[in-house]
Amino acid sequence: MRCYVQSLTLAQFRSHARARVLADGRPVALFGPNGAGKTNLLEAVSMLSPGRGLRRAGADDLARRPAGLGWKIRAEVQGSDGTHEIETAAPPGQSRSVRIDGKLTPQLALGRVLAMLWLTPAMDRLWTEGAEGRRRFLDRMVMSFLPDHAEAVLTYERAMRERNRLLRDQIGDDAWYGALEHQMSESGAQITANRRTALLALAEATTGAQTAFPAAELSLTGPDDSPQPDTVADLRAALAEGRRRDMAAGRSLSGPHRADLGAVYAAKGQPAALCSTGEQKALLISMVLANARALMARRGLAPVLLLDEVAAHLDADRRAALYDEVLALDVQAWMTGTGQELFAGTGHRLQGLRVTQAEGISAIEEKELP
Amino acid sequence: MSPPTEPGEIDALIAQVARLPGLGPRSARRLVLHLVRRRAQVLDPLARALARVAEAARECSLCGNISTSEICPICTDPRRASGEICVVEEVSDLWAMERGGAFCGRYHVLGGTLSALDAIGPEDLRIPALVNRVRDEGISEVILALNATVDGQTTAHYIAEMLEPCGVRVSALAQGVPMGGELDYLDDGTIGAALRARKTL
Repeated sequence: MRCYVQSLTLAQFRSHARARVLADGRPVALFGPNGAGKTNLLEAVSMLSPGRGLRRAGADDLARRPAGLGWKIRAEVQGSDGTHEIETAAPPGQSRSVRIDGKLTPQLALGRVLAMLWLTPAMDRLWTEGAEGRRRFLDRMVMSFLPDHAEAVLTYERAMRERNRLLRDQIGDDAWYGALEHQMSESGAQITANRRTALLALAEATTGAQTAFPAAELSLTGPDDSPQPDTVADLRAALAEGRRRDMAAGRSLSGPHRADLGAVYAAKGQPAALCSTGEQKALLISMVLANARALMARRGLAPVLLLDEVAAHLDADRRAALYDEVLALDVQAWMTGTGQELFAGTGHRLQGLRVTQAEGISAIEEKELP
Repeated sequence: MSPPTEPGEIDALIAQVARLPGLGPRSARRLVLHLVRRRAQVLDPLARALARVAEAARECSLCGNISTSEICPICTDPRRASGEICVVEEVSDLWAMERGGAFCGRYHVLGGTLSALDAIGPEDLRIPALVNRVRDEGISEVILALNATVDGQTTAHYIAEMLEPCGVRVSALAQGVPMGGELDYLDDGTIGAALRARKTL
């Protein structure tokens, strides 16, 4: 099933007082000068998935300044089970609400309408920075396969926050810890199992794939390459044994919230963190493409890809290869670049949209690409 | 639009009524007007009932239910000494259970759930009292009717652990398809829970 965004209307969102994009299902190439609001359009699309979007911004930061009127996004999407109208908005000072087909729903329901993956320039340092970004990247891929993953994560985090509070307050009630660890170990083991399922699906989609991008061998470990407690019983035992140590640290030190995603550039046998900047980017692109292929194979649905400034760090051949692979996958990818020459050679195969802004008014016009 | 003049005491009554759950200033004004116009039929009996409840309402010292006596009618009714205690979070949950009339044992109201973040610990709930009751009243089964939230389930596991030395059977309400419910409209988690709790026909 092809899933894509058909129309997108923004009101008071970031730099756009008002903007409307009509997409016909082809991959979208957004180009225009710096500050025209290209990434803001991508961010608006990312708000059609659960969570805080591709910049992880708070609801208030998304509102156009200085108006302070709050913001609203309306979209028509072709989802896994037909066309849906999605509306998401946040009045000033309030958290964002989501309506699907006019009905108020929890954010998590968005994950069942569209699968969405993204790459941003901030993720260029994903392999060299802390494990948190890699976990988030992994969990987004997991959610594309298993939308219910988000609920396990929420249950786990909620119980962990409670446990961390007990640890910080130096409370020594074993039964209370036991009750929280019971829930952490059940949801935590589910999280780890989901992550392993997703990694397996990615590995299957990588083996033998025709792609210009380097294959990554992925692994799931605990912090500092320690083994990750997998089963409910193991996790429960690890938490119970770690109470004294955790109390000294004031937080929970074992569990899936400490897991790390390891990647090795398969052809060279080199850990991703030691690869060149361009190679690291290529690995990320390779994973996102593998994820899209795996989703088609497993769930029969195509994700929406948001590739911000993806042309940076890629030479002309790799760029052409990326566009070819996106087109071969038949997914709607939203890609940005400053000039249309970055999309040279794609012609009418991509939907070219030029984004400009003058005196606070955004203009988005369709342009044929070279 | 508010009436041009309202004597101070009626104003104060309207303000009090508007603080009740489900009522706002406009419905409060309509309600107070209704009371004042039907003094004998509505206002006086209501005022007397309110005064009596204000005088007598208290928490049952055994189960935490609200009634007008030291021990509530459920705890004093010998027919309800079935050896079963149903544990609920709030009095409203107890009244909801009673509405159905399906349970003929006694209750225990916790007065909330464990929540480290809200600084509610076991001693703030009526958990020690529950353990004493189970020990003293010869209870054979404790039924945990707690919400299916993280806090509710943490509290359930905690109570189960506390009751383990008593050797009493501890059970929890089933989760699944509601009466008259259609599978089509249920979320995946509920269907999964219903499937796990299936029974032989």
